[in-house]
This record gives sequence, C-alpha cells and structure tokens, in this order.
Amino acid sequence: MTTTTSPKRITDIGPPNYEQFLPPIIKRNYGQWKYHETLAPGVLCHVAESGEKLYTVRAGSPRLLSVHTIRLFADLADKYCGGYLRFTSRNNVEFLLSDPANIEPLKQDLHKAGYPVGGANNSISNIVHTQGWVHCHSSATDASGLVKCMMDALYPYFVEEKLPAKLRIAVACCLNMCGAVHCSDIAVLGIHRKPPKIKHDVLPKICEVPTLIASCPTGAIRPATVDGKQSVEVLEEQCMYCGNCYTVCPAMPLNDPDNDGLSIWVGGKVSNARTSPKFTKLAIPFLPNNPPRWPEVVNAVTNIVEVYAHNARKFERLGEWIERVGWPRFFQLTGIEFTRYHIDDYKHAGLTFARSTHIRF
Amino acid sequence: MSENGKPKTKLLDELEKGPWPSFVTEIKKTSDVSPMCDDLLGQLELSYEEKKGHWKHGGIVGVLGYGGGVIGRYSDVPEQFPKVAHFHTLRINQPSGWFYTSDALRTLCGIWERHGSGLTNMHGSTGDIIFLGTKTDELEPTFAELTAAGFDLGGSGSCMRTPSACVGQARCEWACYDTMKLCNDVTQAYQDELHRPPFPYKFKVKCAGCPNDCVASAARADLSVIGIWKDAIQQDDAEVAKYAAAGLDIQRDVCARCPSQCMSWDGEKLAIENSDCVRCMHCINVMPKALRPGKERGAALLIGSKAPILQGALLSSVLVPFVPAEELMETIQELIKRIWEFWDEYGKNRERVGELIQRIGMPSFLDAIGLDPAPEMVSAPRDNPYIFFQNKEQN
Repeated sequence: MTTTTSPKRITDIGPPNYEQFLPPIIKRNYGQWKYHETLAPGVLCHVAESGEKLYTVRAGSPRLLSVHTIRLFADLADKYCGGYLRFTSRNNVEFLLSDPANIEPLKQDLHKAGYPVGGANNSISNIVHTQGWVHCHSSATDASGLVKCMMDALYPYFVEEKLPAKLRIAVACCLNMCGAVHCSDIAVLGIHRKPPKIKHDVLPKICEVPTLIASCPTGAIRPATVDGKQSVEVLEEQCMYCGNCYTVCPAMPLNDPDNDGLSIWVGGKVSNARTSPKFTKLAIPFLPNNPPRWPEVVNAVTNIVEVYAHNARKFERLGEWIERVGWPRFFQLTGIEFTRYHIDDYKHAGLTFARSTHIRF
Repeated sequence: MSENGKPKTKLLDELEKGPWPSFVTEIKKTSDVSPMCDDLLGQLELSYEEKKGHWKHGGIVGVLGYGGGVIGRYSDVPEQFPKVAHFHTLRINQPSGWFYTSDALRTLCGIWERHGSGLTNMHGSTGDIIFLGTKTDELEPTFAELTAAGFDLGGSGSCMRTPSACVGQARCEWACYDTMKLCNDVTQAYQDELHRPPFPYKFKVKCAGCPNDCVASAARADLSVIGIWKDAIQQDDAEVAKYAAAGLDIQRDVCARCPSQCMSWDGEKLAIENSDCVRCMHCINVMPKALRPGKERGAALLIGSKAPILQGALLSSVLVPFVPAEELMETIQELIKRIWEFWDEYGKNRERVGELIQRIGMPSFLDAIGLDPAPEMVSAPRDNPYIFFQNKEQN
C-alpha cells in the first residue's frame, strides 16, 4: 500500500516583508530623508541627508484594475525604475525613480496609456470609494461609476495644483461607509430611505430568525407569525436602512430604485494641520440616483468645488473656509437649499445648534 | 441581452467616455482572462438599468482553518448570469506601505489569472489587495498558490483587521517612527486574531507617521498610532529666509495660520515658542526645507474611531499622549492585551471599542485598562455636574 503525503499547508505567514520590495535608494536612505519639493503636478523629489534624490511620479487609477493594467504598471516600472513601485492610500500608483531623465518619458507613456499624472498637494486626488453595484449587496448606488463621472468633470483639478489647499473626496454607496467618507472635504453617500421589504414566503426557509433578529443594530426586528408561518416584522421608525439584516438574510432586500439616492456632505478632514480633524456635515440631503452619468451629483460637487476655489483663502481646507465665513454664507454662495434635514435630531444634537449671537448679515 | 457571448452594455459604455481611466474598460479588457467578466458586465448593466444591486451576501465561504479573508458573494439573478453565480472576494494582506516589485505584482497577476476573474482592487478600503470574484472551489487552490508565493489573506468579520501604514520613513522626512515596520510587526504578532475572528466586532490599527495622517488613522482605526515629536521643531534660518525671498508671506501664510500662535516673524527671523506648539504640521508643510519635526520622536496613541454603524461615527481621542518610538511595539502590545480582555468580556455583539467607551464612559474604560486620567485626553473637563463619586471616596 502506498501513501502519498500532501504538501504541507502553509498558513498564518502574514504579508511578505516589505523590505524586499524597497528600491535600493530607499534602503540606503531609510529614515534619513531631509526634505522634499514638488517638481511638477504629481512629481515629487525627496532629498536625503546623503544628498541622494528620489523622484516619485504619481498617476491616477480607477482602483478596479485588470491584471493587464497591473502588468502594464509592472512593465513601466521595469523600464524606468528598476521594477519598483507602490500604491498610495488613495489608490494612486507611484513610480519610484532614481534617474530624473526618466520622468518625462514615463509621464508620456502613462499619458498614452490613459493614466493621468497628478493628485498631489493642492489638487483633488483620487476619490476613495466602495464597491457599489460591482460587488456589494447593500449598496444604494454604484461607486465606481460615480467616481468616474466626478473625476471626468474634476480632471483639471487632478492634473494641476490650483486649489487653495488639498481637497479630498470620498464615495460610499451606503451608510455602512466602507470608504469612511465621514472625514472628507466632500463626501458622496448612497442612501436607502425605506426599510427592507420582507419576503415572508421564503424567509422561514432560507433564514435563521434568531440570527436575523440579532443582526439589527437598533433592535427594530421582532419575531412575528405571518399567515401561520414563523417570520419577522420591522419597527419602521427604528430602521436606519443599514442593510445588516439583508447581510444575514436574503429575504430582507433593501434595494429600492424609487427611493434610493445620494446625499452630499462637506467640510471634513483627518489632518491635524491648523485645525482639528473634523466630520463632514450635510450639504444636500437627497439627489436622485441617475446612472450612468449622475449629472445632478456631478453638478452639485463641481459647484461646491468651484465656489470653494473662488472664495477660500490660501491653505484653507473646505471645512476651514466654511468655519471662517459661516454656514449661512456657504448655503448662500453655493445656492444649496437649507432644509429641516440639515438640523441634527440624533444624539447630542444640541452641540450643533448656534449658541451665540455671532450672526453675519 | 448578449451578442457573441459579449453583453450589450449601452449604459456602461457611457462610462468609457471622458479623460479619467475607466473601470468599465478594465472589466471589458479582462474578458480574455475569464468569461466571468462578461457576466459581471451583464449584471452591472442590469443594475444600471434597474438602479439596484444584484448581489447577495449569505453563506460562509473561506479557506480551511481561517474564519475570514474571503467575502462570500452570490448573484441574485444566477439564471441570467451563471458565470457570476458565485463571485467571491479574497482579501490579501498588502505589504506595509503598499510597496511592490514588478515581479511580485506579476506573480499575483498569474495566480489570479489562473484562479479568478483577473479583476482586482489596488487596494480595498482597509488596505488589502482585493481579488475580485471567483468560485468556491477555486478558493483553496488560490490560497495554496498565494502562500507558496509568500502572501497570506487579510482579515474580515469580527477580527483584527489588516493593519495599514503610510509610507513613513521609506520616503517621508516627517515620519516620527517607522510606520511600515510597526505595521508589519503588529500584523505578524496577531496572525491568529486576524485569521480567526475572536471579538465582538472588528478591530483596526492604522499607523500614521505624523499628524498629517495620510492613512486616516484618526477617522478609521480603533487604535490610531499617530507620529509626533516632543522637543523643538528643527529650524534652518537660512532656508526660512530663502522661502521669504521667494515670495512666501511668512507672517500671513505661516504665523497667522498657527493654531497656537506660537511663532512670530520680524521680517528676518522666525521665532518659535516650542512650549506652545501643538505639532499641527502647518508650518512644516509650508516650508519643508526650513522646518522639520524635532528629534525626540514617537507617537500619540488614540482610541475609538469608526464609521457610523452602529451608533454614529466617531473620531479617535487621545489615550496616551506620547510613547517614544523605540517603546511603541511593546506599549501597543500591552495596551491591546488590556483593551481586548475588557472588550471581550464587556463588549456587546457588534460593538466597536469606541462605542463601548461611549456606553460605559471613558473613566470606567481607563479604570478597566489601568491607565491614569490625563488632561491631554479631553478638549475640556466636563461641563455637567452629574459626577458619580466612587464609594472609596465617600464616608
């Protein structure tokens, strides 16, 4: 009798150590960088204490990348920078060059391939976003499509650095906010507005009721008997449309083309520069979900960007500008309607009420 | 709906127009890797027509011995689009700082071409490499090839999520500690907690090298590690003068923007009262050749940020104002041990650490993890008189 030994199963090794992926110039100067300067939009030069210079060329990507495109980036890295590259926290790709003579040819190759160079400093960098209809079960809208439409419109702000300060945009396709849009200069948030529609006929067959009840963060789901069968009911006033129930039970669909839409939020930041990190605040409570080009959203975001660019002082982030001029002027200058939905009525709502007579006219 | 096996995508074709690179083009050109891409486009076109998603969650899928790293995804119209009936995502733990060689990327591409759709996200929101879409029976073979190539899955579910870090000392003069090393060390130290979800909910660690926070640590991590320095800003007066000569209005653009008003400019000399500096980074950002963080470097540890689900969004708040760089790993491990012990026992299902703190109160949380209160933890002391004195202080 023969026995075959299966190869040892490898687990729990964690990611490969990053050191093997660092270009030699970085290894030589690790922790010894002295200063940096910007040579052109999307082109940075970092200078080490040793005097060595590292050149970074940053290009935008749609984040959703084919293996073909990744190989294209790999080929460009081989051609121009010894095969070394990295990605940024905003899904840009960065080529790490030692030879400045390679900057222009690399930029031309990227341009020819359709990947714009930019996204640093006082630009609009790539929009961080979620999966949307490409791959998510609870999305109220698509994310990649919205990003594509907005970046088409805002393209000049990516390839040039002409804003008063950096401006960071994020898209999340529902309020679970996998993209953590709650601290961006501008956030586009997909919203559901109706509780899940319960499919009582199939629910007992495909869902575990106790698990379903436990999935609701607000305790809005209760057991109920419907037509003699075990099912659940939803206390509609407690539902905040998070989709957690649909995650564990496909008989609780939340998608509702007639009521799903988009909301726009402004004035958040994570950096500590000048002012503390801030949450985004509501600018527009509802815009229609209008694929494939979402003109209402694109126009609204472009308008906010242009009003900010025209009015803010140098170095002021969007939220810092609004704090200086006041929210009434933000609504006046952007032409956005102020509604009852803008006044907070959730926990600690009073913290956002105006508690002074500092009123501008 | 389709022609020669290729879906008609009238609406999606609109997203191939315009200057920004198109994700639709990415999906279309991957059709030669896997026919899954055709059905993905077909289903996506249907979503664009109907304005609704067509994915179901449901069903636990994964690789043997792991409780996370794979997100199960099924089409709710499988008869129409059978090739994406299963379309699971793998999260693959990225190398610190998202650095790669071209060879490493080609290895990943080869694996995904053999076993999946050929579509990726570089990268997902938490930082992982995302392999987008494969069938259940391809999960183990993909995993075997990944681990043979030195890669491992990332986290999903109620686990230690894949930590991430900014570029740090690899390229940034402002990094106050080695973010990439700390990120890698933390990831390796908690492999069990990362792959086998043991917690009430997710736990995220993000390593930012300075208060500019390029990984949004303060907004997105349960434990935010944000680089900071203790001594004086390093100042090169000759370079300050050069910025002024080049047209920078130092009074208006630097001094007047300082949140603690700790600097003054007399037209020749920039004076900084470092004891008043709050280390916001503005002046350093504006004059990187002239000003740099001090030499006594480390990090502040902040606790509790998260997106809105369940009780509302939170930003992290200060837990430890300063830890010297060389003590960071040890301090974080001790702190994590104490936090997890308490959270494990008292946290409710799906309650992030920040929400636990909201529910029981920061003073009780500090008691539980054995930290003394410090004024750096608050923007102001309480303004309400509802103080619950502890028994030991009463007669």
